[in-house]
Amino acid sequence: MSEKNTSMSFFAQLKNGIIDNNPTLVQLLGMCPTLAVTTSVSNAIGMGLAATAVLICSNIFISLLRKFIPSQVRIAAFIVIISGFVTAVELLIKAFFFDLYGSLGLFIPLIVVNCIILARAEAFASKNKVLPSAIDGLAMGLGFTVALIIIATIREILGAGTFLGFPVLGAGYKPAILFILPPGAFLTLGFVIAAVQKFRNTKSDKERLARLSNIEDEKEGEE
Amino acid sequence: MNNEAKQTAALLTVSPSPHIKHNDTTRTIMVDVIIALIPALIWGVICFGLRALAIVLLAVGSSVLFEFAFNKLLKKPNPIGDFSAAVTGLLLGLNLPAATSYWIPVIGSFFAIVVVKGLFGGIGKNFMNPALAARVFLFAWPEEMTMFTEPFKRLGLFASSENISDVIASATPLASLKSGNLPDISWVDLITGKCAGCIGEVSSALLIVGGIYLLVRKVITWHIPVSFIGSVAILSAIFPQNGDILSFVMSEVFAGGLLLGAIFMATDYVTSPVTAKGRLIYGALCGAIVVFIRYFGGYPEGVSFAILIMNTLVYYLDKFTKPRPFGKIKGGASHG
Repeated sequence: MSEKNTSMSFFAQLKNGIIDNNPTLVQLLGMCPTLAVTTSVSNAIGMGLAATAVLICSNIFISLLRKFIPSQVRIAAFIVIISGFVTAVELLIKAFFFDLYGSLGLFIPLIVVNCIILARAEAFASKNKVLPSAIDGLAMGLGFTVALIIIATIREILGAGTFLGFPVLGAGYKPAILFILPPGAFLTLGFVIAAVQKFRNTKSDKERLARLSNIEDEKEGEE
Repeated sequence: MNNEAKQTAALLTVSPSPHIKHNDTTRTIMVDVIIALIPALIWGVICFGLRALAIVLLAVGSSVLFEFAFNKLLKKPNPIGDFSAAVTGLLLGLNLPAATSYWIPVIGSFFAIVVVKGLFGGIGKNFMNPALAARVFLFAWPEEMTMFTEPFKRLGLFASSENISDVIASATPLASLKSGNLPDISWVDLITGKCAGCIGEVSSALLIVGGIYLLVRKVITWHIPVSFIGSVAILSAIFPQNGDILSFVMSEVFAGGLLLGAIFMATDYVTSPVTAKGRLIYGALCGAIVVFIRYFGGYPEGVSFAILIMNTLVYYLDKFTKPRPFGKIKGGASHG
């Protein structure tokens, strides 16, 4: 099992993180920040980059320490490392981007328990060398950021009529405030995942789906 | 295949039960529902003017259009002949205030037919009532959904926004109840439908007439409406928020969308339990949630939310109220 993905090239790893195994839209990890902070595009970018920074740093450190961490207490050790970086990122955001700190609020410290970071530590960094782990952190972090930006763009445009705070739909548009409320988050996430699945499905997936829908059509024909 | 061969084939078919068949089709049931709703629609038009009729017709028309277009797009057989989309549109239209903008019913129909019904597999496969889900979705524009006008101040087809704001009702009966007062109008007027509200919900008497028609035609059973309305009445009688208990209970029952919801929406075949016991529990819980939302929730009305919440629990109600097969010992060891 150890050192398995080291042969993957940089771009293959990047593509894997952003498209094929997108942590949010394909693995469905980190749903809590995805649903909660995507009310505006600026929040999404801030959250995505903060998580990416934590992910790269924690992946590097966990990979460095992978031979020293006893496997019985590895989760606790990972959490200690991750929470150290989260605290650093939180203080940095508070110092330099205070507005963003105000709008993200509790969700910055909650990056500690973001499943994506723990999942990459457990599934990748603890089994791979430093460089691939750093690239994996970057790729997964970018995948998370891209997913957040897609969802936030839809929600902000429909729910507030703006993009990054600039009005885009004109004064005549009546914002559907539902989209910046929690139900809008679930609706948008569902549609985005469905669209991603549509484009991501491999040939064999499509054949399987076609077979299933044929069976259904035949059943209906018999009735 | 000619007719005779078809009949022979039907006679010779070997199939699992049920063997007794009836001539009811989706279409006959849907036509019955439409007939039962017509009196309430006519009263809505008398009360709120031609604009109410236009809103309802837009909802029906766009529902049918979306159903047709969606199935065309997916290359599925065209289902609009079963009138289920028309009923969804009619129920959605009756759940809108007459003064709402003309684009509201179109967006609502899109959400009901394409998102709630179509994407989950079409008729019979939606997990919640499409018309109600669309109504709740339309609360994305709260001001559009609460434009209740005074009764008998009819709006024309092209009423301007000034015309509309002149006749906006100060407080709907439910808003008064929410603040702990009895409505300005007596509960007798609530029954005859002389109050502000959505197009189809104002005339309780005509909704009951429609419900009796559906019961006589055996389109619905009595379980859900009776347990639904009964639990609202009993709970508001046990926990009255006003000294005049009789008026309070009557206002809780006849104000708002309770009758429309209990008779026409909660009884939707796809999203309600199939067993009698399950239906009684479903109705009673719907009523309990309605009273809970009306007393403690943020909105003055909770019928839509109550039915949608219970829609998601129908699977479990059906599972727990599954009838015991004849001869099987209760709680005993089973062989299968």
